Amino acid sequence: MTEPTPAPDLSPAARLRRHALRETALQIALPVGLIALIIGAWQAAVMVWQIPAYILPGPNLVAKAMVDDWGILFAALLVTAKIMLVSLLLALVGGVGFAVFLIQSRWIEVTFYPIAVILQVTPIVAIAPLILIYTPTTQVALLICAFLVAFFPILSNMVQGLKSVDHNLLNLFDLYGASRWQRLWQLQLPAALPYFMTGLRIGGGLALIAAVVAEFAAGSAGAGSGLAFRLLEAQYRLHIPRLFAALLLLSALGVAIFAVTSFISWLSLHRWHESSLKREN
Amino acid sequence: MSASLPAGHARPLVVLRNVSKEFSTGTLALTGLSLQVERGEFVSLLGPSGCGKSTALRIIAGLGEVTAGRIDWPSSRLDARGRPDGDISFVFQDPTLLPWKNVFENVYLPLKLRHVGRDEAREAVMETLTTVGLQDFARAYPRELSGGMKMRVSIARALVTKPKLMLMDEPFAALDEITRQKLNDDVLRLWHETGFTAIFVTHSVVESAYLSNRIVVMKARPGRVHDDFALQTSAVRDADYRTSEEFRQACERVSHALAGAMGATGDHG
Repeated sequence: MTEPTPAPDLSPAARLRRHALRETALQIALPVGLIALIIGAWQAAVMVWQIPAYILPGPNLVAKAMVDDWGILFAALLVTAKIMLVSLLLALVGGVGFAVFLIQSRWIEVTFYPIAVILQVTPIVAIAPLILIYTPTTQVALLICAFLVAFFPILSNMVQGLKSVDHNLLNLFDLYGASRWQRLWQLQLPAALPYFMTGLRIGGGLALIAAVVAEFAAGSAGAGSGLAFRLLEAQYRLHIPRLFAALLLLSALGVAIFAVTSFISWLSLHRWHESSLKREN
Repeated sequence: MSASLPAGHARPLVVLRNVSKEFSTGTLALTGLSLQVERGEFVSLLGPSGCGKSTALRIIAGLGEVTAGRIDWPSSRLDARGRPDGDISFVFQDPTLLPWKNVFENVYLPLKLRHVGRDEAREAVMETLTTVGLQDFARAYPRELSGGMKMRVSIARALVTKPKLMLMDEPFAALDEITRQKLNDDVLRLWHETGFTAIFVTHSVVESAYLSNRIVVMKARPGRVHDDFALQTSAVRDADYRTSEEFRQACERVSHALAGAMGATGDHG
C-alpha cells in the first residue's frame, strides 16, 4: 500500500482542507452508494424471481406510480405534513408554556404533572375513537392526537432543562436582585435550550408517527385525506406500487423533519454547547 | 476576638452578631458566629472543610436566611430586601459564566439585570475587562477560554458594579499553582486600585497568608471562630515577598492557628 505523497507545494493547511473535502465527499457518497445498491438488488430480485407486482413491485413500477399518481399523493403529503407541523408547533408552545408553569412552584408540579403523565402513557390509538366523537372534523381529531404524542417529550425535556440550571448562577441572579422574568428569560430558558432541542427532535419524529397512526385509527376519506389513508386505500385495491410510493413520501417527510430539527438544533447550540462541538485533540 | 485592624473608618462595613445557621437537613453549619469587618480590610476565612466558612460567606451575601442572630451594615444604604444596595459581589469557586453569552455579555450581566443599557454600560464593561487583561477577548465564548481566563471573566463580572464588598469563595482552588499565583497578584492589585473590602474563603494557608491583612480561622462541627488575628507587613506583596523570611513566619503562624482549630475538634480531615 503506497500512500500518494502530497504535492510539495501544498501547505499543511491546504492539505488539511483537501482532506476535509475528501471526507465530506465520502460522507455523501457512501450512504448514497448503499441506497443505490439496495435499489439495484431489489430490482434484480423482482426480475430474477419474477415476483408479481401486487406482491412486490420493482422500483421502476414504484417510480411510475409516483409519477402517475402524483396529484393524489402530493395532496395527501401536504395534508400529512400540515398535521405534523401544526401539531408540532402546538406541542412546542404548549410544552414549553406548561413546563414554565410547572416549575413556578413545587406544589404546582406535584398537582399537574401526573395529568401530563396519564395523557402520555395512555396509548393514543385507544383515545382516537373518542376524540373523533368530540371533534367537528377528522382533521382536528388527527391534530389533537399528534399534538398529544409530541407534547410530552417536549414538556418533560423542558421541565428537566429548566430545573437543571447551575445553582450558583441562580444565586448570582438572586444577588443582583433579578426579577422572576429576568431569571426566566436570561437564565432558565437559555440554559434549557439543549434540552428543548432534544425534545424538539423527538417530538418532530413522534408528531409524524402520531399523524399516521391516528389516521389509520380514525380513517379519513375524500379530499382531506393524508398519506396514511392513501396507503391503506392502495392496499385495499391491491395497488401496491402506489402503496410503496406513499411509503416513500412518508419516509421523505420523516427525513425532512429530522433534518430540519437537527439543523435548528445545530444552529442554536453550535457556538456554545458541548453536544455541538467538534472534539479537537 | 477583636476587630484587629486600626480602623481608619468610624463605622465597620458589616457586623455579624451571634449568627447561627441550620440547614433544613438538620445540619448545624454555624453557631454563634460573630465577626466585624472594617472597610478596606482583606479578610481570609480559613478552616477545615465543614467549618461553615462558605456558609458564612453566603449568609453575608444574603443567599439564605440566618436561623438566629443578625447581620448589620452600619455604613450602607439598605434596599427593600434589607441588603446593602448593590454593594456586594460574589466570586464562586467555579467561574459560573453563562456559556451561551460571550465574555462581554457575561461581564455586562450584573448591569443588565439592573436595567443599564448596553451602550451606556459598554465603557464600564470594557474598562473592567482591561483591568483583568481580557480586553481582546470580549467576543470570545467561555468555552474558548482557559480555566484561569474564565476565572478572570468571573472577577471582572464581580468588579463591574464597583462593589464595596467582594466575597470570594475559594475562587482559585481548582486552578494550577502558577495560574493561582498570578490571579492572587491580580486580586491584590485590584484590591489596591479599587479599594474594595474583601472576604476571601480558602483552605490554603499560603494563599491566605499571602493575600490577607487579617485572618479568621474557623473550627468545624459546628462552625465557629477559633482565632482572629492581623497579618500586617510593610513589604510589598509580590514574588520577592513569597520567598521572604517574613512571609515564611506569616505562613507558620497561620498554619499553627489552623492546626489548633483542627485539633480542637479532633478532626484532621
